[in-house]
Amino acid sequence: MGAIAMLVAACGQSQGPSASASTGASASATPAARGAGGDLKILYWQAPTILNPHQATGTKDNDASRLVIEPLAAFDNDGNAVAVLAQEVPTVANGGVTADFKQVTWKLKQNVKWSDGTPFTASDVEFTYKYICDPKTAASTADRCEGVDSVTAKDPNTVVVKYKDTNPFFYQVGVGFSNGILQQAQYKNCVGDAAKNCPADLKPIGTGPYMVKDFKPGDTVLYDMNPNYRDANKPFFKSVTFKGGGDAAASARAVCQTGDTDYGWNLQVEATVLKPMAAAADSKCTLLTNYGSSVERILLNFSNPDPSLGDNRGEPSTKHPFLSDIHVRRALAMATDRNAVAVQLYGDGLAGKATCNILTAPAPMVSKATDSLDVCKFDKAAAEKELQDNGWVKGSDGVRAKNGVRLELSYRTTVNAVRQKTQDIMKANWESIGFKVNLLSVPASTFFTNTSPDGANHFWTDVEMYTNSGDPDPTSYFLSGWTCNQIAQKSNNWQLGNYARYCNQAFDDVVAQLKKETDQNKRNQLAQQANDILVKDVAIIPLISRVAPTASGVSKSLKGIKVSVWDSEMWNIADWSK
Amino acid sequence: MGRYVARRLLIAIPTLLAISFVMYAILALAPIDPLSQFGADPRVPPEVREHIRQALGLDQPWPIRYVKWVTAFVRGDFGVSFMSHASVGDLIWQRLPNTLAVVGVAYIVGVLIAIPAGLISSVRRNSPVDHTISLFAYAGFSVPTFFTGILLIIIFSIKLRWLPFIYDSNLKITDLGSLVEQFRQSVMPIAVLGLFDAAILTRYIRAEMLEHLPLDYVRTARSKGLLERAVVIRHVLRNSLIPVVTLIALGVPAVFGGAIVTEQVFHVPGIGELLVTSIGTGDTPVIASVVMIFAVLVVLFNLIADVLYAVLDPRIKYA
Repeated sequence: MGAIAMLVAACGQSQGPSASASTGASASATPAARGAGGDLKILYWQAPTILNPHQATGTKDNDASRLVIEPLAAFDNDGNAVAVLAQEVPTVANGGVTADFKQVTWKLKQNVKWSDGTPFTASDVEFTYKYICDPKTAASTADRCEGVDSVTAKDPNTVVVKYKDTNPFFYQVGVGFSNGILQQAQYKNCVGDAAKNCPADLKPIGTGPYMVKDFKPGDTVLYDMNPNYRDANKPFFKSVTFKGGGDAAASARAVCQTGDTDYGWNLQVEATVLKPMAAAADSKCTLLTNYGSSVERILLNFSNPDPSLGDNRGEPSTKHPFLSDIHVRRALAMATDRNAVAVQLYGDGLAGKATCNILTAPAPMVSKATDSLDVCKFDKAAAEKELQDNGWVKGSDGVRAKNGVRLELSYRTTVNAVRQKTQDIMKANWESIGFKVNLLSVPASTFFTNTSPDGANHFWTDVEMYTNSGDPDPTSYFLSGWTCNQIAQKSNNWQLGNYARYCNQAFDDVVAQLKKETDQNKRNQLAQQANDILVKDVAIIPLISRVAPTASGVSKSLKGIKVSVWDSEMWNIADWSK
Repeated sequence: MGRYVARRLLIAIPTLLAISFVMYAILALAPIDPLSQFGADPRVPPEVREHIRQALGLDQPWPIRYVKWVTAFVRGDFGVSFMSHASVGDLIWQRLPNTLAVVGVAYIVGVLIAIPAGLISSVRRNSPVDHTISLFAYAGFSVPTFFTGILLIIIFSIKLRWLPFIYDSNLKITDLGSLVEQFRQSVMPIAVLGLFDAAILTRYIRAEMLEHLPLDYVRTARSKGLLERAVVIRHVLRNSLIPVVTLIALGVPAVFGGAIVTEQVFHVPGIGELLVTSIGTGDTPVIASVVMIFAVLVVLFNLIADVLYAVLDPRIKYA
């Protein structure tokens, strides 16, 4: 029951930030009084366009709405749930979660009010999920409803969530940025078809520390303190200006050089520019770098993408001519110079670091066994030997072949400067051991569409590369990514997550155990085991653990910020102070 | 004249319809996708994306969407933005003051600089003053605005810390202090754009003046014993300005279209910035409305320019 202990501890910790906030404020004012600070300036180079988190089209919208709209609980950086609107986080130990992981009972805080002064109740929660789960609402957070049987208000302070099946990620409903609770009174006429043209989306009423004073979509959000916020001493800042627009480099200048803003989001600037800017003697910023579960990975196709197969192209019934050979896969893995990619393209820790794990968070679930594996070491001589010993011999053109099958592969990813440079590094190394590599790239919008033949789901190339991440509980990450009955193919319109058509009974067995296991220590072991199987079998080549959510820059005078890779960057904004 | 204007206005209707059709067709056939924002996140399941597509009406064929859009547009309903669910009219209305305060003022500044500069450089042809003005003019239209913009930011915002480079669209001018603040935040973009506008106009005015200076009527004016100042300003400049005025009128729609690059550089939330971000996110109702309003303005100001021409030059008659 390690997780439960952690979760309980996390609830206790939720008092932590408030303590640090008050120490931060005591320097300038008497004990952190509500509104003692002036205006907090936040700069996002992508401007928010909508303030309803369920109609959000990007992080910018989620983050801007988070000052107002809150979930029942938030995720901290370790993936633990921290109570927000809930009285406490339900766990198996406190009886909030049934032992079969099917039912979760949420007790809500008493006397919480919406910013308009009306009481917040369980029926608002029930209503919110009615809103999200109506397919006609077309909520971008509708994945929260998958496998959910019901969300019901038992009494004004109790919400019961029932899942159709055992769900080890029982915080799917209730915790994190896609679970913001809307006010029923404001949104009751915005469900279904009416959701598309709903004025409330521009000025939602929430329970959060701030309320929207004025919103110009695509430009600025102005917030005032919420006079009805449940904590009498928060928030510290009287108002917030959330400005959007410009570009990442300008944001970096504004937060690090001129101090025009207190918080600069996602400073995607070349490391050679950003690092000296933040490290300069008169720099006004520090950079937030946090590693989560985002991993840039290379997928190897287990099916045959040859177009001459017609309708059978890339179907799981086919077998890849050479990637189905473990030795070829191992050779590719050993000729992968992930350190060069990390140092040259990801700023050596600024935007990402090399990893050979496909599960990189939460920490207790991360495998340490992979460090010593031969497939995780960059060793071109060993890679060549592996191919040579197994009958893949170099032809006159330098490309290895066996029984007439040449090691010629196509390698697709999205159009992105860093990814194209990564492709170049891979191509150089792989070609030096006897592969022929053809590079392809398509726009992200094409790549991540299940209807596109050039998309990641169809995977009609030999190798492809992108980033994906998981929930704090990795069960669905493993389940949808690599188990046999989740293979993306024509019959399911390529809507399932196992794009590489990988199928391994040993892996499926581990995931099946992970689905049922309730002991946290055993869960951690199983997650590591699942990770190790994939890496050893070279089902995938993990490349870079990416900084997540992003490397944002923060004014040195700002205190109380706790970035969480599992939640919105703004999740604890009530605790921020100067 | 009245019949001429009426006829031109009637011709404008099919012209605008043709423009709207071509524009909408290009938008529909271009590889821009309103769902690309969702698409960038592989965790949004495909069936959710499909529901969103239906909710936005994108499952209908584009000719049907075009007819719906164009009939609504004629009635003054610009539609609802895909991204913000706000009325497109409101979005444009919110941004127009920023564009006028920066791009509009810059245009006026540009004209006010160009007329004397062009005049002086033509009268003092080949003098050091002319060379200096010409140098500035060439630099003005050959150095791109994103370069001058960033240069000014680095000098005045980062090194000297005199001026802010993030435009605050919520600043309300109520007293002298806020007026000064408005001046501080808009002086750099106005300088960048004003220099650019002035550069082009200066060259036109100079060329036009040089054409008129050796003409007979100028010699006549001089021989009447008029002061040189009166000859240049009352006779030469007035005649030289006729084509320039039409040129200035034709440039007005561009003011409403905003300055795409400069607005981006200085964080000015204007029409140009709205257009660019909407293209990036595939927000077709916004793109279509902004482009269409721009087309209407171009057609309208073309007509105004032609009418002005007749007013300024009595030799021209429309029938």
